[in-house]
Amino acid sequence: MESIGDLIIAKYNYWAVITLLLIGLYAMIAKKNLVKKIIGMNIFQTAIILFYVSIGSKKGATIPIILHGPAGSSHAVHAADYINPLPHVLMLTAIVVSVATLGVALALAMKIYSQYGTLEEDEILEKIMESETG
Amino acid sequence: MRTLGLIAAFCLGGLLFFISFDFPSWGDALSPASRHVSPYYIEHSLEDTSVPNIVTAVLADYRGFDTLFETAVIFSAGLACFFLVRVSERQVPAARFYRHLATGITFRIEKGGRLPEGTGEFERIDSLWVPYDVIIGMTCRLVVPFIQLFALYVIAHGHHSPGGGFQGGVIFGAAIILFAISTNLRRTLKRMSERSSALLSSLGVLIYAGTGLLCLFMGAGFLNYRALAAILGVDQVAARSDGILIVESGVGIAVAAVMVWIYYNLSSAGKQDEGL
Amino acid sequence: MIWPLDIIIVSMVIICGIAAISIKDLLGAAILFGAYSFMMCLLWSVMGAVDVAFTEASVGAGVSTVFFVAAVFRTSRRSKD
Repeated sequence: MESIGDLIIAKYNYWAVITLLLIGLYAMIAKKNLVKKIIGMNIFQTAIILFYVSIGSKKGATIPIILHGPAGSSHAVHAADYINPLPHVLMLTAIVVSVATLGVALALAMKIYSQYGTLEEDEILEKIMESETG
Repeated sequence: MRTLGLIAAFCLGGLLFFISFDFPSWGDALSPASRHVSPYYIEHSLEDTSVPNIVTAVLADYRGFDTLFETAVIFSAGLACFFLVRVSERQVPAARFYRHLATGITFRIEKGGRLPEGTGEFERIDSLWVPYDVIIGMTCRLVVPFIQLFALYVIAHGHHSPGGGFQGGVIFGAAIILFAISTNLRRTLKRMSERSSALLSSLGVLIYAGTGLLCLFMGAGFLNYRALAAILGVDQVAARSDGILIVESGVGIAVAAVMVWIYYNLSSAGKQDEGL
Repeated sequence: MIWPLDIIIVSMVIICGIAAISIKDLLGAAILFGAYSFMMCLLWSVMGAVDVAFTEASVGAGVSTVFFVAAVFRTSRRSKD
């Protein structure tokens, strides 16, 4: 039976991921400003990335760059000595794609602003209703 | 809407908190994620590719298809930004502002007139509030070449240290963006035009895909760099290392150009005459 | 992996995230989002994901902040919530 302290140390990273997910989700649902929604989307993305990275970590292991001596000297590489590199690879590309999607999202927000003159969701909806009825 | 959002968030949070006890504990070396595929990469990447940084080896060699299409995604994001906000017609501004460099006096010239360009005594500015700051301009001008050099180092040294095409490309793009912020957009567009950034971003994807096709023509699988050994004149392990460097530089060119391109479109709202 | 350091950085990340979505000035939100990204980068380098941390430091804290500032400059700084 492990103590409460061990349990907290073993799981608090996942709880941080959940908190960040909730912050991002809440911002996407409840905030009316489009830029706030985009910030929420980015927080959501980084929470997912944090989840992957914390799954890949290993106790007592070092960063995934193999120690190597001068050319010719070779030594056995044990998988337990190095942190799991696979989540890092997947998330590295995900970060760069996230900045690309951020650019597209901001361009869309800018287009909406030039059309309706505002970034607030409720004001945009009002203007759409007006243009449909009037 | 606010209460609905809170309720939805807390329901999801409660569920996730409940299942978090079934996750492997943090730092567990025997978690399912680190037992199956990744030990192969850790134990074999050095002898397969002679690249000590496992992340780079997996990124550009073992999972090369993934990275190829991520690069294509970034390129299409640049294209999407261009098609969304770029406006083609060039409207003449109501008034142009020029600053006399020696005295700091600002001239306002109405529509139709303009000061001769290229005399070197006057500098066109975007609006009246643009500050004339020698320190910021000179510091950025001094720093930008070193940032670019560092970006090239990050791309080239990605085999042995953290880094690679994505990071180096973003740093290179950030150096050009810093130049655009510290001076203005027109001067940056003279150094790196929109056309060249578009061409470079497609060139980067083309280098990556072309390396894969070259491998295909040499008789091996797509992106199997071992086939490049005959062209490069090295053994197969070194050919994989060199192939990684080639595709990483393609990724770097594409990412740098796309970052600069998106910045041009966003900062000028598509007009590309006045920047931030 | 040093867990006391890790807990401090995690709480900083969460504070920066909450501040970034609750501040009313959009320019401030962009800057706080940059701070959030940088704290996230520190967290990943503590966890040993050096490549991911490097990418986040250059992308999240650098270029995305610039994109946000550019977009806010070209639209409006005002936000109702």
